[in-house]
Amino acid sequence: GCFVFKPSPKKRRVSQKTAIHFGEGKNDSEDRELRFDTCQSLWNQIKLETEQIQEDLNKQLLDNVVSFLRRSHSGFQEKTTEWTCRTKSREIPTAALVLGVNVTDHDLTFRNLSEALQNNITPYIALLEAKDCPGIKNLMQKLMGQLMNCSVDAVSLEDEDYVQVSQNRIRCSMNSVVNWYESVTKKTDSETLSKKRTSSSRHQQSPPVVVIFKDMESFTTKVLQDFIVISSQHIRELPLVLIFGIATSPMIIHSLLPHSVSSLLCIELFQSLSCKEHLSTIIDKLLLTSRFPFKLGEKVLQVLINIFLYHDFSVWNFIKGFQLCIVEHFYSQPLSVLCCQLADAKERVNSLSHDQCENIRRLPSFRRYVERQEAEKQIGLLTADSFLKETTQKLLEDLHVYHENYVSVLRCLHVFTCSLPKYPLGKQIRELHCACLENQVWETEDYESSLQLARMLNKSDLETMLQQCVEILVSSSGKEFDKAVGKLKEFLTQFQKLEAEAFQEQDVSVSSQKELQKKTDLYHLQKTLLELKDSRRSKKLTKFEMLRFEVVDYIDSLVR
Amino acid sequence: GIKLRKDKAQPTVSVKRFVKKLENISDNEAQEILEEKDYVAALGTCAQDPVENGSSVSGGEVYSFKSPKHSSRLAELASELAQTPGQNVAPDHSKCPDKTTKTPQSSRKYMFLLLMHVFSLLLQNKKKEFVSTTPYRLRKRLAAPDPYLESESEYSASCSEEEDEEDHKEDNTVLSGQKTSAKTKAASTPPPSSTLTKKNKENKMSNLVEEYFEAHSSSKVLTSDRTLQKLQRRRLSQQTLHDLLKKAPLAYAAEIKELNQLHESLFSKWMLQLHLGFNIVLYGLGSKRDLLEKFRTSLLQDSVHLVVNGYFPSITVRSILNSITEEVLDHKGTFRSPLDQLDFIIERFKEDSSLELFVLIHNLDSQMLRGERSQQILAQLSSLPTIYLIASVDHINAPLMWDQAKLSLYNWLWYETTTFSPYVEETSYENSLLVQQSGSLALSSLTHVLRSLTLNARGIFRLLAQYQLENKDNPSYPGLSFQDFYQQCREAFLVNSDLTLRAQLTEFRDHKLIRTKRGADGVEYLLIPVDDSTLTDFLEKEDEDV
Repeated sequence: GCFVFKPSPKKRRVSQKTAIHFGEGKNDSEDRELRFDTCQSLWNQIKLETEQIQEDLNKQLLDNVVSFLRRSHSGFQEKTTEWTCRTKSREIPTAALVLGVNVTDHDLTFRNLSEALQNNITPYIALLEAKDCPGIKNLMQKLMGQLMNCSVDAVSLEDEDYVQVSQNRIRCSMNSVVNWYESVTKKTDSETLSKKRTSSSRHQQSPPVVVIFKDMESFTTKVLQDFIVISSQHIRELPLVLIFGIATSPMIIHSLLPHSVSSLLCIELFQSLSCKEHLSTIIDKLLLTSRFPFKLGEKVLQVLINIFLYHDFSVWNFIKGFQLCIVEHFYSQPLSVLCCQLADAKERVNSLSHDQCENIRRLPSFRRYVERQEAEKQIGLLTADSFLKETTQKLLEDLHVYHENYVSVLRCLHVFTCSLPKYPLGKQIRELHCACLENQVWETEDYESSLQLARMLNKSDLETMLQQCVEILVSSSGKEFDKAVGKLKEFLTQFQKLEAEAFQEQDVSVSSQKELQKKTDLYHLQKTLLELKDSRRSKKLTKFEMLRFEVVDYIDSLVR
Repeated sequence: GIKLRKDKAQPTVSVKRFVKKLENISDNEAQEILEEKDYVAALGTCAQDPVENGSSVSGGEVYSFKSPKHSSRLAELASELAQTPGQNVAPDHSKCPDKTTKTPQSSRKYMFLLLMHVFSLLLQNKKKEFVSTTPYRLRKRLAAPDPYLESESEYSASCSEEEDEEDHKEDNTVLSGQKTSAKTKAASTPPPSSTLTKKNKENKMSNLVEEYFEAHSSSKVLTSDRTLQKLQRRRLSQQTLHDLLKKAPLAYAAEIKELNQLHESLFSKWMLQLHLGFNIVLYGLGSKRDLLEKFRTSLLQDSVHLVVNGYFPSITVRSILNSITEEVLDHKGTFRSPLDQLDFIIERFKEDSSLELFVLIHNLDSQMLRGERSQQILAQLSSLPTIYLIASVDHINAPLMWDQAKLSLYNWLWYETTTFSPYVEETSYENSLLVQQSGSLALSSLTHVLRSLTLNARGIFRLLAQYQLENKDNPSYPGLSFQDFYQQCREAFLVNSDLTLRAQLTEFRDHKLIRTKRGADGVEYLLIPVDDSTLTDFLEKEDEDV
């Protein structure tokens, strides 16, 4: 049923080929490679960024685990009392990583983890997956194979064949692991002195052996139990540390393992960031920045988020979907050449061919723009390529600025709306983002209601929000925000003043109360005070509204 | 239920009044049933009254099943019934002037009605016969449903062809069933006071019953008996079927062609996406084999690629892996397990990034490849950046093969490519219902070989064949063990020692008439590797000869 076809002349075209398929079948062959390159570079950039983000997010977790490992077997060499006491009870130090249900994202986490361990703690790491270990025998085989490969890397690369052979022949038992460990540690001890000082000195004198169970839930219980019981017998000779990757909840350990087995483990729990937060960070960093020229439309983003929330909780899948969007966009849109950084885009506009100009003219958004212009200008736009190019450059610039502003304004708006009761515009910034993409947000009812609610905010909240907004706007690079920042600061000072005034007034009122000592007057006074306050507040709020409208105006003016 | 007892307390009631009463009763009953929404419960309560009247068994206990949707139907029927006695009284009057007997019977009648309803549910069809039968027969039949059911299963295949014959047959079976069922009937129905009243009652019953089943006849769903069995030429040879199918014109040829062109325009996009690390899966109605072939011939001519026919009945993951290691990687040597092999492949592809391989799998969801382990291996293969997988799936539940982990390894892009083209290649390994199984060949060879053997040898084979046919319903039938077989042959005076038997068996084995295999306990089991129908035919033929 299988047939292999080999081409007779072995042509090796690797990367060009990819580009050739790009946009083939369509007539717009020009700029194909340019487009492809842009696409690839953009994607690579994004990929790097996401990996960076993930690494940062996992950093805390990894640090914790590393320090745990350091601690766990610190007493192995020194034979301290604590250590002996623990070995008496034959407890294996165990780290339980609760990683959440997005199993597909865990690969990266584990890769980072093993890298971090390799660099900091120990060269002896075995990563086990349930699918490789249907029985205890397979598990031991896999374990030994990985450990011995580690030792080859760490110690010397001289006799690989020997290891290969021995790996197959050695009876896989914990005894042989222990023997191997002893021989290896001796070797390293002797060898560190001679040559590999740099690599080994980072590790401790006798590095622990780390066994990672990637997906603990899918291991058969018997295998796990056997392994734990067997290795607990050897804990004296072998500084073993287990790491369980857990998708559901830490309770699973106790439901999987009977008490007699789980009592052999000395478990410490580590909780990773939830995948939702993970996604929010990713969206924050990828979509809500002006760094990447590629933006997702409302519907696409909604689909991706829905897949994430209702389907798999996999950030990895989200990013894959994002990649697909990018590829699709660059593949199908000849004008996507311009989807790059502003400076490049300007250059590229200048070198556009006539066909591409026609493509621009065919764009619906451009048509709308043209229709709004005066008659001569319209003719110019539709006939003269050079004029068209000029305007496109201008428009592109506008767009760029708009995106920059959009993000920060969006953040400000989010600051205001995220703490409102019932979250009319959504709790997460991504919801707000979707709403903004969907249509002009200030025309929606939700926006109205959120404004209503915002008017009822108390002063301290308002102040903190304003403060936050100021920070956001200051941190963003847009020039137009200077004014807004100034205004916001003004508001803030006014608030502070108001506060002071209010205190004073209260003092005054109290004193006046004492002075007057009349109930009717008191009542009257209170009433006036209330009125006063109300008016103040309404004044404040009108100012606030002004601000709101200003914000809205920003968005309004910037939406094309 | 209370009204029934009232009837009994006042035995002298006029017919008219009785009718009214019955109407009331039926209404009451209907309401009761509707209220309770549970037919069984209603049946139980109804049957409870006759028990008080002297019957011995309550229907609810015996026939415990639920059919709540019938309750309304029962109500309808009951009201209908309430009218029928009025009509039927006139002819009955001459036969039976004694109306007093009617009232206790009416309660029984009611119970009968329920019982019949129960039985009708059991029987589920054939009310036509009921309508035309006499009440006594009917009652007997109702009391003894088992023989009836048996007879029904016998002639159900040809039921609509000759009804008369059927009736005869049925009469026979019913009559034969009478005696056996007499006891059960006596237990389940109230003992009759006298034969005369019984006759009378049953005459009336007949009308009721007819009405009952007539009322029910419309609701029955008849399954069509137009099966393949009834076709004039129901079995064709493979060749004729093929020719016939070839002659049939392809509908909407132009549209399908257009559709295919649409799919073909996606080829370059697929290439791009494959290169970008996605794998492609095609789904949708129709054979996607031609499409993939076209893709292969048009775009993959100058690259290494592997075509896997998943529909091939003996394809395994191992063979896929083997063809990769042996032919693509030119590796001589064997592997202990598929996992080792996979590791080797992964290693090689990671080492040499210029190594590229396109894998086309037709029917990734075929019987042989849909297993968990196969999919795991294929997924791991496809996750390699320089192995490009493009596959097609046809089963509607094919996506259920993959869990999250596998999905992420596969990294699918789904393309809906409905082609509407027939699955000619894919089903070429399957047997068509319309094609005569290759039994004829086996049969002729069987008889041919056996004719050349001695009488004793034929007897031995017959014994084995009969034993196998007796066990044909046992799916885990391992075969006849040698010892048992020997014993049987001795008893039939066919062999005198196990050496002679072994000699005969060797002869059979040489002609591939039997197969032997060792069971788990080390006992030798003998099996004729021919399907049961052929074996039956063979035995029939043998019988004719002898």
